[in-house]
Formats: sequence, structure tokens, C-alpha cells
Amino acid sequence: MTPKTASAPQAAQTLAPLSGAEVLMRALVEQGVEVIFGYPGGAVLPIYDALFRQKEIRHILVRHEQAAVHAAEAYARSTGKVGVVLVTSGPGATNAVTGLLDALMDSIPLVCLSGQVPTALIGNDAFQEADTTGITRPVTKYNYLVRRPEDLAKTVHEAFAIARSGRPGPVLVDLPKNITVGNAPYKTADQDKPRTSKVRTEPDRDAVAKAVAALKQARRPLFYTGGGVINSGPQACEGLRKFARLTNFPVTSTLMGLGAFPGTDKQFLGMLGMHGTYEANLATHGCDVLVALGSRFDDRVTGRLDAFSPDSFKIHVDIDPSQINKIIHVNLPIVGDVGRTIELMIEEWDKQPAYEHGAELEAWWQQIEAWRALDCLRFKQDQAADAVIKPQQAIQRIYELALETGRDTYVSTEVGQHQMWAAQYFKFDAPNRWLTSGGLGTMGYGLPAAVGAQVAHPDALVLDVAGEASTLMNIQELGTIAQYRLPVKLFIINNHYMGMVRQWQELLHGSRYSESYSDALPDFIKLAESFHAKGLRATRLDELDGVIREALAHDGPVVVDLCVAEGENCFPMIPSGAAHNEMILGPEQEERGAEVTREGMMLV
Amino acid sequence: MQQEAPGSAVISLLVDNESGALARIIGLFSGRGYNIRSLTVAPVDEHGLVSRVNIVTTGTLADIRQIKAQIERLTPVSRAVDLSSAGPHVAREMALIKVVSSGEPRTEALRIADAFRARAVDTTATSFVFELTGSSDKLDSFIELMRPLGLAEVSRTGIAAICRGPQTIQTP
Repeated sequence: MTPKTASAPQAAQTLAPLSGAEVLMRALVEQGVEVIFGYPGGAVLPIYDALFRQKEIRHILVRHEQAAVHAAEAYARSTGKVGVVLVTSGPGATNAVTGLLDALMDSIPLVCLSGQVPTALIGNDAFQEADTTGITRPVTKYNYLVRRPEDLAKTVHEAFAIARSGRPGPVLVDLPKNITVGNAPYKTADQDKPRTSKVRTEPDRDAVAKAVAALKQARRPLFYTGGGVINSGPQACEGLRKFARLTNFPVTSTLMGLGAFPGTDKQFLGMLGMHGTYEANLATHGCDVLVALGSRFDDRVTGRLDAFSPDSFKIHVDIDPSQINKIIHVNLPIVGDVGRTIELMIEEWDKQPAYEHGAELEAWWQQIEAWRALDCLRFKQDQAADAVIKPQQAIQRIYELALETGRDTYVSTEVGQHQMWAAQYFKFDAPNRWLTSGGLGTMGYGLPAAVGAQVAHPDALVLDVAGEASTLMNIQELGTIAQYRLPVKLFIINNHYMGMVRQWQELLHGSRYSESYSDALPDFIKLAESFHAKGLRATRLDELDGVIREALAHDGPVVVDLCVAEGENCFPMIPSGAAHNEMILGPEQEERGAEVTREGMMLV
Repeated sequence: MQQEAPGSAVISLLVDNESGALARIIGLFSGRGYNIRSLTVAPVDEHGLVSRVNIVTTGTLADIRQIKAQIERLTPVSRAVDLSSAGPHVAREMALIKVVSSGEPRTEALRIADAFRARAVDTTATSFVFELTGSSDKLDSFIELMRPLGLAEVSRTGIAAICRGPQTIQTP
């Protein structure tokens, strides 16, 4: 072959105009995308064809579009990168809606690419047509319908910029088939300024100085940290640790913030809120300066609003100005990146006169230790070999035995009692390891989330602590797990009930267990085996550790059916409509649930 | 926290003129349970790329701040100002008011229209269509006065609003 003939086809290739689908691939590569979670269909065939003909991006084929979004969420949460989803038009896009809202509520950066019928057919009730931008408008941070080929590359770049900037969130790009089939020009990301300039990351220095001055006067201070610290990045978590050590102030965390501060640290009081620890909730109630860092005063955290932390000076750091004074009136709002704000607070702490209330702080710690001594997470496990396993025992042992492996561990959950127990008994020492649906409370989140985390971290130990009811909502993902040989360990805390529903029915509705019994459950061992996974079961206490160990040691996916006591309730608990200092600590106080008012009942 | 009485506020926005922008704003109001009393929207720049939206809404001061903060989060919104708290502003509305009557009420309607500087833009033997511009209060009182005089139909634009003095929506 002469050089001339060899180079000719190459030259022709670079000169040939790109199709929209190829432009899309190129933009994704430029954005650093390595993995897409998706499911093909008619309207996205050109995109799947372009995917087929490239090498940079890997595609994970899920079994349901909702699962694609949850997997991408977990990928994003566990890596700090933007998760990417690809679904077809119509049902593909509508199936993604729950996942998108889940990501919006928990501030997870995602880009969801959806197919759409050709622009000429939009509005004609075409096959698999849906008004996707209309349907997803309230469940995304922003969305687009790309109508012109020249807008394609710019739109994709801006979608990524919006998803990851400020308070992160999901962005959807709807791609009509004629746009992906037809030619489109490529533009690099730096050719247009994305519309994200409104975000303020740098906090007001005066406000930071005032906040630190308030902290210097604090006798009973408390840091109340949230998912924003994790979203801000590893340096924010480092900053929080440094600042907490510097001040010796106690730290509590929301469900979303677990791991930002080490769960095993003496200064950590555990999670606060409805199922938070006694010490965390009483400290929240009794503190004199409360510093909310990247948290949003969610109703599961605050309990009764007029009794929330009644005597404290409240400082609220958030990157999203709309969160300030939304639920709780705060004395000192600081808009900015929480990591940057903590950094400046540390500088300011060293600059201002030394802290002079060491004795009062010591008394505060003694008070906290007294609350802690109550050991609010204790439970009674019958130690007989054939005793029924308590769900708390099962989850605590999963945690302890996973810790024993010494492996980097990622934990996802479904939603319900098992989720709260996992939040209570797992101690996360690093951020980005805890993957749970907080704001939306999406049952069926955990298994696809485990897929996303294992894809992102192939060598890590990935667990899904699940309930038998929740996990059946996306159990089809065992197929994805089998296809990609993902060694996910699914631990089903099987109490034959939608446990949290049953708990509320017991407390508030006279134990009338309306439709909350998990009838006609599958044989989870056979189910596992039919999906090419290992199936294990423990029904009595002496089987528990062995089964968990065997599951953790197995070099492949495992489904573990842990048959646990059916009637356990999740404690401690703040009944709805109650204040933090009115917690129910255990079953012996359950009758207090009957005192819940009608107003409280509505808050459930 | 003390509960202050809800009041009315005018929020003016500059919005990228793109498809779905208005739906986004309206969806925010309905989704979060905010009230829209009136809404006006039209492109205001020379290329038709930017629209101005004026929304009259109600709520306590805290509600209005929250509404403004939520609107500001929307990507196509480049500017949101609560004109009611940003300083003095002018707010005007236009209405077309149809009055069907004859005899003494008809003469009376014309006399009042004259006092309000309303213009009759359509006249038949039995009807007038008056055009009236002014504050919403002025329009309200005119319409009230027309009610016994054969008021048949009202069409109002909702208010357009702007700050007084040299400052603009970009600068207050």
C-alpha cells in the first residue's frame, strides 16, 4: 500500500460530517464520561449504534429504566462524578421519572439522555411519544429538548455544567431521532459559557467572622452536618474533621451526611432526627449555637417545628439560597460552598481571640456522655442457638463482619426499617460510602444502587442492606448483576412485612395491619440461583455469622435471606408531631404512640 | 416566630426567551402552592431573546423571599427582583371594559369614563368598549362604578411594573 492510499480513507473520515449521535459521543467523552447506564429502544437506536462503534465509553444494560437512574445516582454518589443515563422515548423516559426525582431530592448530579420522536412528529401522538420535557420539568434541575443540530454539542456540555455546579441535580436532554441521525457540528465545551454563573460559592467574609464570633461565645455548641458536605467534596469532609478537632465541638449528621465525619469518632453523636440517637436529638434540643452545614432542616430532622432547638443561635451554611429560612428561621445565613466556608471558619477561628468557655464545654460534653450512656441503640437478642434473629442483630453483624474483611465497603439500602437500622448500626468513617434514598424514600433504590457502586468500584465490597418488600421492587437487576458478574452482596432483612408501614400501623392505627404483610414471597435462594447468583439463608441465631461470612467471602453475587423477628420496631423514634426531647426509646414506651395527635398523624 | 399578615408583592424577572421557560415558572408556583394574582410576559430586548415577566403574588415577607429564591434557582431566569421591597416602583395595567346600556346609565357611564380618562375604543348605539390604563386599584374602582351601569365584560392585561428613578432591574 502506498502512503497516499493509506491516508486517503483516514482523511475522508475526519472530513466526513459527524452524525448527531457521534457528536453526542464526542461531547460525552470530552465531559469525562466513562460509563452510561441505559436501556435501548427505537428512538435511541442511532445513539446505541454510535456507542457500538466507539471504545471510550462503557454501557451497562439495566433491566428497567428506573434502575438505570438509581445505578447512575450511586455511581455519582460514590465517585463524585456526574452519572449518565440513556433511555428511549415514551415509556423509557417515564420509567426514569422516579429516579430523576430521587436525584433531585438528594442533590445528585446526573445527566439523563432520552430519545424522542423526530421533531416533525412531536405533538402528533406518535408511537412512543411522550412530552418528556413537560413530564420531567418538576423532577429535574433543568431539562432540554434539542430542536436544532447546531445546539446539540453546546446543550450536552451545558447539561453537565448545570448538573455538577452549585447544588447538584439531575438534568435531562431530550434528543429527537432526526437530530441524532442527521449531521451536526461539534463544539468543544469551552466555546460557550454555560448558564451556571449565578451560583455563589464564595461566602461573605463578614458573615463567616460573625459565625465564628458566635461559636467563640458558645457554651453548648453543635455541628449539624448534611449531604452538602459530601457533595462539596473530600476537602470539605477533611475541613469538617479539622474544624471539629480544633474546636472539640460535638457533631451530628443527617441521613445524607453520614460518613462526612467519622462515625466511630468520639465527637460524633450519631444521626439526628426521627430515628436518630438520643444524644444527638437531645443535644440538638439543648444546644445554644447550632451550625447547620449543608443540611436543609428536613421534616424528618426537625420534628415539631416550634420546638426545634428552641434556645439556639442558628447558623446555616448552604450553597442554595432558597434553603435559607425555608423551614426554620435562622439567625445567621451564609450562602456559599460549605467546604470553602469551613476553610474560612478555620482561618477565622485562629484569628479571633481564644475560646474561653472550656469549662462550660466540658460540662456540655458530660451532659452528652450521660445521654450517650443510655445506649439508645441497645436491643435484646436471645442468645440461644436456635433463637429468632433480631433484625438489629443481623444488621450489626453485617457491619462488624464486613469491617473484619478490611475491604473498602460501599453500602446501599432500600427504604424502611432496615434502612434506619443500617444508618444507626453502620459507622461510616469515609464519605461517599453510604448510598441511600433520603429525600424521596424510594423503595427499590438499593439493588440498582449497588450495581452502580460496584461498576464504579469493581474491587470494593458492595452491600445492599434490603428489606424483602423493597428489594422486590427492582429485583430484576439481579439480571444486570449476573451479566456483568458484579459481586454484589444482597442481604435481605426478611421480616415478612413492610416493616415501617407495619410499625406506623401499630403505633397510630390500632395494629390494623392493612396490606402490609409480604404474602407469597419467592424462595430467595431459588430466585438467586435462577439469576446465576449464590443463595444463602439464616433462620436461627447460630446460622447468622456463618452465613454472613460465607456471603462476604464468596467471589460473586450473593442473595442472603436473613429471616428475622417479625414484630420488631425501629427505635429510638420521635413520634410525628413531637419534639426532640419527647423521643420513644423502646417498646416499653410504645403506648406513647397512641398520644399522637391528628396533626401529628398527618405528618407521617 | 410571629406570623405577619400576608401582603401582595410584584416580582419582576428577566428570562431567557426559550421554549418551556414560562411553564417552568408557572409550574414552580403551582408545585409549591404559591399564588399568582396576575402575570404578564413579553420579550423586551431588541433581538427578542429576553422576556420580562411580572408576577403579582401574595404572602408574608418570608413567603415572598422564599418565592424569589426559588425563582432565582431556575436556569433561564437571569434576574429576579421583588419590586415591592426594592424601592418605589410604578405598576400599571390596561383593561378593556364593555358596558351595554342605554339612556341615563349610558350617559353616566360615559361621564365617569371621562373622569377616569378612559377612552371609548368601540362605540355602538347600545354599547361602549372603554380602554383604561392605570394602577390596578384605579381599574378596580372604575369597574365597580360600571357594574350598575351595564358592565358586560372585562379583559385585563395584568400589571407591567418598573422601578422609579434611574435604577433598572439589573441594578437595584
